[in-house]
Amino acid sequence: MLKLRAVHVRHPSSSRQASGWALSDLSLDIAAGEQIALIGPSGAGKTTLLHTLACAYRPEQGDYTLFDQQPWAISDHARHALRRSLFLAPQTPPLPPRQRVVTAVLAGSLPAWSLGRAIRNLVKPVDPVAAWEALGRFQLQHKLYSRVDRLSGGERQRCGLARLILSDARLLLVDEPLSALDPTLASQTLRSLQDEAASRKASLICSLHQVELARAHFPRIIGLRDGKIMFDTDKVSDEMIAALYRNAAVDEHAPAIELPDENCAVDDPRCF
Amino acid sequence: MIPAASNAAPGSASETGTDKPAHDPAWRGRITATVLALIILWPTLVMTEFKPWLLLDRQSLDSTWRFLSAFFPPAHSSEFLLLVLDATWQTIAMATAGLVLAMLGAIPLTLIVNEHLSVSRMGSGRMSMPAWLVRQSVRWLLVLLRSVPELVWALIFVRIVGLGPTAAVLAIALTYCGMLGKVYAEILESSDTHATDTLLRNGSGRLAAFFYGTLPSAATELMSYTIYRWECAIRGSVVMGYVGAGGLGQRMDESTKMLAGSEVSTMLIVFVLLVAAADLVSKLFRKGLE
Repeated sequence: MLKLRAVHVRHPSSSRQASGWALSDLSLDIAAGEQIALIGPSGAGKTTLLHTLACAYRPEQGDYTLFDQQPWAISDHARHALRRSLFLAPQTPPLPPRQRVVTAVLAGSLPAWSLGRAIRNLVKPVDPVAAWEALGRFQLQHKLYSRVDRLSGGERQRCGLARLILSDARLLLVDEPLSALDPTLASQTLRSLQDEAASRKASLICSLHQVELARAHFPRIIGLRDGKIMFDTDKVSDEMIAALYRNAAVDEHAPAIELPDENCAVDDPRCF
Repeated sequence: MIPAASNAAPGSASETGTDKPAHDPAWRGRITATVLALIILWPTLVMTEFKPWLLLDRQSLDSTWRFLSAFFPPAHSSEFLLLVLDATWQTIAMATAGLVLAMLGAIPLTLIVNEHLSVSRMGSGRMSMPAWLVRQSVRWLLVLLRSVPELVWALIFVRIVGLGPTAAVLAIALTYCGMLGKVYAEILESSDTHATDTLLRNGSGRLAAFFYGTLPSAATELMSYTIYRWECAIRGSVVMGYVGAGGLGQRMDESTKMLAGSEVSTMLIVFVLLVAAADLVSKLFRKGLE
């Protein structure tokens, strides 16, 4: 269903001179209905891979085929139409603070709606029952008419995922859906996502930091590090996990401590 | 250079071995900026023959006093008040009609200019050439509309449609269309784009993405700026009254020419009340949208 061939991707905001690829020489095949966990240390390129699959980042080299079309060979208009059949749930829930939950969830149907219906829905929710049921999958029905800025971090995250239920996408790309959830909610939420994907025969690709959850729930696991696939398998051994994360903690740690210092130095002369 | 300086700053006492912290690395930059600003400002004051002490010499003080002493008590005969009321109503109507027309023009132009709603930009970060051309030409249209002062538009329209409020309404509509369009676009571009981007990436239409992603967070700011512009339109329509566009301005023109200070002061009080009312309306709207 989707194919990546020797793809090189740079993050759009990074300059041309900065030589580092976010993804380099990456090839991948995913069939319809597959459920895949994407694991790897921070900065490995998980988010970039999901964005590339969502046609949000354009690969500088290599081919991408999605639903038998090459998104970057067709017109802007056709590519935008193709985007309707995928759903990308970013890591931070994309919900405007002053919006109501019911509106935010129903926004999942926007690609399928006409503009008139979209505007009517702002005046009065056209299908509150659908939103209510979607929220129900994530134990959030009681928040239907709350405002987004009254929700906790975990509630916001699940509200963003409830939007996925409303879309009719065949490719679900979910970026760290569990980062703000406690262990019980995390496995319930993952279960809901997987059930939904299975029931509509959609492919689900989910980046995760919880290696144990990935191993317990997903038939196929892709380990990503430094923009390259380290393994892509149904059987992940402890050694593979250890190799995937080896030294990463040290590598990641150093810049993490350096960074605020550096920012301060740059901003300092200008903050009054 | 700067990072090195401030890296030394935090723990300097122990690191450099002295008993004093290092100099504030920002200090020199601030002094330089202040001196530079003064050096640039000075010629502008000379150029504009800015001599405020002229206000304080004997003769100017006398004439100011004569004019201001006529302000009290403000004119308050019922006949005059009715006249002012009618003129006020005309002014408000001109400002409102002009602003509504300006919004009708500005909103679609803003939506065209807004780069976050570009579909061709997604993925590569580069907009397609035709899309860029359209955005750029609308940008220039907005510049053109607002660079001609409303007074000049009013003078032109007075020639075309004759004396009366119509000229003022058209003048406000054109100039304010440019101003609203520019500031709307800036408000929208500085607001958080994560929600809009995500909706677009999932294949929503641009207008739908705008209504669901951008508008909820930008609505209060758009509203309060629009009401502020309405306030400006009231003042603007007064100025245009001086060139024969009717309303309070025309009354004020007549009263100043007749040196009727008491009438002028009544009308100034009306202005203060109008601005205060605009302020109140803005506050109520903001509260309603919060």
